[in-house]
Amino acid sequence: MANEVCFRNMDLDRPWRLEQYRSRGGYEVLTRILQEKMPPTEIIEEVKASGLRGRGGAGFPTGLKWSFISRNAPGQKYVVCNSDEGEPGTFKDRDILRYNPHQLIEGMIIAGYAIGATQGYNYIRGEFWEPYERFEAALEDAREAGFLGTDLFGSGFDFELYCHLGGGAYICGEETALLESIEGKKGQPRYKPPFPAYFGLYGRPTIINNTESLASIPVILEKGGEWFRDLGVENSGGAKLFSISGNINNPGVFEIPMGTPFSELLEMAGGMKEGSRLKAVIPGGSSSPIIPGEQMMELTMDYDAITRAGSMLGSGAVIVLDDSNCMVKVLERMSYFYYEESCGQCTPCREGTGWLYRVVHRIEHGQGRPEDLALLDDVAGKIAGRTICALGDAAALPVQGMLKHFRDEFEYHIEHKRCMVG
Amino acid sequence: MSDDQMVTIEVDGRELEAKAGTMLIEVTDAAGISVPRFCYHRKLSTSANCRMCLVEVEKVPKPLPACATPVNEGMKVHTRSPLALAAQKGTMEFLLINHPLDCPICDQGGECELQDLALGYGSDVSRYTESKRVVADKDIGPLIATDFTRCIHCTRCVRFGAEIAGVRELGATGRGEHMAIGTYVEKSVDSELSGNIIDVCPVGSLTSKPFRFRARAWELVQHDTIAPHDSVGSNLHLHERRGQVMRVHPRDNEAVNECWISDRDRFSYEGLNSDQRLTRPMIKRNGKWQQSEWQQALEAAVNGLKQARGAGGDRLGALVSPSATLEELYLAGSLMRALESDNIDFRLRQGDFRSEEPRFPWLGQEIADLETLEAALLVGANPRKEQPIFGHRLRKAALAGAKISYINPLKLDLTYHSEQLVGTPAGMLDDLAGVAKALGVAGTLTDGAEAGKRHQALADQLKSAGKATVLLGNIAVAHPDYSLIQALASAIARAVQATFGYLPEAANSTGARLAGAMPLDGGADAHSMLQEPRKGYLLLGVEPGLDFWDPALAAGAFERAEFVVALSSFRSPSLEAAADVLLPLAAFAETSGTYINAAGSWQSFKGAVRPAGDARPGWKILRVMGNLLDLEGFEQESSEQVLEQLKQAAAGMKPDNAVAETASSERRSQVDRLMRVGDVPLYAIDPLVRRAQALQQTRDAIKAGVWINGAVAVQLGLAAGDQVTVTQSGHRVALPVAIDPALPDGCVRIPAGLSGTETLGPQFGEVTLEKA
Repeated sequence: MANEVCFRNMDLDRPWRLEQYRSRGGYEVLTRILQEKMPPTEIIEEVKASGLRGRGGAGFPTGLKWSFISRNAPGQKYVVCNSDEGEPGTFKDRDILRYNPHQLIEGMIIAGYAIGATQGYNYIRGEFWEPYERFEAALEDAREAGFLGTDLFGSGFDFELYCHLGGGAYICGEETALLESIEGKKGQPRYKPPFPAYFGLYGRPTIINNTESLASIPVILEKGGEWFRDLGVENSGGAKLFSISGNINNPGVFEIPMGTPFSELLEMAGGMKEGSRLKAVIPGGSSSPIIPGEQMMELTMDYDAITRAGSMLGSGAVIVLDDSNCMVKVLERMSYFYYEESCGQCTPCREGTGWLYRVVHRIEHGQGRPEDLALLDDVAGKIAGRTICALGDAAALPVQGMLKHFRDEFEYHIEHKRCMVG
Repeated sequence: MSDDQMVTIEVDGRELEAKAGTMLIEVTDAAGISVPRFCYHRKLSTSANCRMCLVEVEKVPKPLPACATPVNEGMKVHTRSPLALAAQKGTMEFLLINHPLDCPICDQGGECELQDLALGYGSDVSRYTESKRVVADKDIGPLIATDFTRCIHCTRCVRFGAEIAGVRELGATGRGEHMAIGTYVEKSVDSELSGNIIDVCPVGSLTSKPFRFRARAWELVQHDTIAPHDSVGSNLHLHERRGQVMRVHPRDNEAVNECWISDRDRFSYEGLNSDQRLTRPMIKRNGKWQQSEWQQALEAAVNGLKQARGAGGDRLGALVSPSATLEELYLAGSLMRALESDNIDFRLRQGDFRSEEPRFPWLGQEIADLETLEAALLVGANPRKEQPIFGHRLRKAALAGAKISYINPLKLDLTYHSEQLVGTPAGMLDDLAGVAKALGVAGTLTDGAEAGKRHQALADQLKSAGKATVLLGNIAVAHPDYSLIQALASAIARAVQATFGYLPEAANSTGARLAGAMPLDGGADAHSMLQEPRKGYLLLGVEPGLDFWDPALAAGAFERAEFVVALSSFRSPSLEAAADVLLPLAAFAETSGTYINAAGSWQSFKGAVRPAGDARPGWKILRVMGNLLDLEGFEQESSEQVLEQLKQAAAGMKPDNAVAETASSERRSQVDRLMRVGDVPLYAIDPLVRRAQALQQTRDAIKAGVWINGAVAVQLGLAAGDQVTVTQSGHRVALPVAIDPALPDGCVRIPAGLSGTETLGPQFGEVTLEKA
């Protein structure tokens, strides 16, 4: 079964339009919640029951996150949607913004109701101009139809939602850097604690969730948390969007139940390109450690299975590599990305990412030295776990993963000053 | 958990008590356990970015930054465990890979936090073989040299600007390795506290420009002293090499200056090496200056005074600097009184002497109390520039929510939100009377006053505040209706039960009164002594053209006098015109002495370096003059003995701001023509700072000029950049015109204390302008 949650309207013509969304019962859950004045705790319990885990990559249980907010604390609270989809290989939230913006809007309003927030921000990646315009248009329609504004459906609940277009920095996908960016400051992660639930946007209690997580909410409340949970497997409730790319015939975004075997996902994506053999898979965005192809073919797509294999499900960005790929070159490209995108705030990441990149670059260009692999291991180890945010880990993990599974390719490169792949 | 709950934690096997929620590094610092750090600074917000203070906390898998980890009960911490050390050494390696390691040519060498910690946490050989980052240096002004290649991105300087100085002059632009500290657009760093970023910078990225390449840290001998330029009395370290003051650093004193000092206190030492230092006694013979020996000069001085005195002490007058030491002021007073003259005064820039003044006026509160105010009304004051450390304390209060209001003839450029009532000098009285009226103060001064909306709001603010103060500053003192301001302001303070106090101008403005450097027995005050010229004058540490309220009047009086002897550290044209004998006076850092700051603290210091040339400490010169005059009471053998005598004389005197009833309510600031507003810019305040070269190149070191608003300019047919002839007290000078839209109508701002204004009249008085 596919396309049951965020993609459930994909079969419609121009599914992003309000009337199309409503034709499938869109905004009915919200209307019911508001008219019946459903107790917020019930909503949170339902989300908890669904087993929904943060779809941005960290996989933190969404319902639990919402319950951290002290609902009755006085003053402004915020709902923030993280649509700064920047992890290389990930392009699923873009499709939600393009094809199902109203489901996200509805999800955010429900989230606001659940935690007692009257304002929301959707932070959209700077490069997503078309999705941004489409989302803005959807906001306008929703406002006109009375889903945004004051005293919604006579419930006494107000909610307004704003779009914020990013400036193109990967780091702003980190939730606290994103909050800084909305506040008009330089996008640099904050040291945590305090967490956003306590000290968030403008210092106020804030929940910040991924686009896919928030867009899943209306369906969860329509069909029940249990229904959602049962779509998936233990510890990985529901269905999820996977952005699959690489040396395959049909790259794209697929919504499949959690726990679906990777082999099936690969098949949906048209399989490997003709004449090429699966070499390895990066299962959850570029920061997740690489998994060799044979091992990957045995795995299912859920949090536990991928973690057991030494990697992370992350944002569900599956990058498939065939045997024409030189792993040194692949790592060089990824290391360059983290070097360029480090915010520069804390020492290990600012200094270490450049060091990693330069050493890998040297190896790729035939100037590697025998001690370089131990150096890479060591430098990556000195970044991981010692930085303010997870970007340090994100930069270190691919290096560690590559050296674990494909060390021989690196050694060959150093010894022969050229690639073993050809 | 209540905020005050104490918890017990264990650090490296030692049990420590601390308030729950305190950051771990504060607890270890207090216990003397050293945790390496770069970005952490106890006065700045936590950024946790350098990762040098990572320590192991049991039950936490990753090392945690001690600067951002609150302590809780039972926490077990290891600061030097294998995990902690590996993390600290890892950070050090990262910090050093792009650091140039140019310690031998770096000014910070020998006192560099990175260098020191690299010794313990760094490795002998770098594993980094790639090319290093290079960052272009930026010219951020005359005070601070930059070498951003050395920067380790701790952002202390950025946080200092945002949090302490209150101006975001520096920031970090760029991402990752390209992140660099800078001003974004080409501009200089102009804060009056900017020099502190030299101290907070842990490496050689920001260093003192005047000190650059002049000496090595290990060549310097450190002396304690007290800052001489304002009534804060900031505690200083003087760094001396072979008899020369090489630089000045702050000395921590939480009650006074915390760990900061103003740029004026930091860089004014340059004036000590000015080529205008008076290094030999000089005698004027037939209008020509001749060097002389001390003995001759002293005899000439004493004989001159004796002759001028003739039969009556009243024919003599002494005008002394409020920056002089207590000992100098006391002996000057003793000398005058032994000569049967009560004509001595330090209030050289006071504009009105109608009111009876208290003997020991002061801030009215401790310095630290300024931080916890809920409301403050400052009249004729600009503490940001006049006493920058007080300005900083007030800013802290404002950031904590205090309502700070100003009544001034100038709009101030402040670093926090405030309510500013800007009016003409006469308008200031209307504003004060309006506030007083709103508070129900009755009397001749509030008769006919109108309480407007802003007056009412200001009154309400003061009234509703739990802790409020009303303070008078330098401009109030120079106001021609100072006595009326005092009366109104103190009445306002009484009405709202606020603390009434002064922001005294100079290092010893408070002490000078106590030392008897003002008339105590009906003698002439600073103004009368000039208006009714004396036959003989004793001048101590002043320049007639720049240090008097009415320089034209002073010059005239000295010209008519039979004899003027001046003790001075510097030569200057106006002094040489006025004096007959010049005695070279030991300057700041060259003499021992004592200052009493605004909060009434007596702070003594020793001389750090030998006086320039043949100069002598003032107390010695005055003592010998007493001997040569065969006067009694001049047997002291040290400045400590002088101080002892003064302490006995002043015993029992308590700080007191009681304001007596005014004798007259006549408004002297009410004029028909243009009124001059003559504030004294911060780097024009005294002879030493006027000769500090680097400070004189800053943006705050303005040149003499005329500022008017657009309406006045149109009325007079003037435009910015025009030369204008200023006529005041019959003297004319040509000055350039600038437009300041914030100035009130009917006013001309012509700052005093600046070269080019020496011949003008009162700081506040009528002037005429004509296009030159």
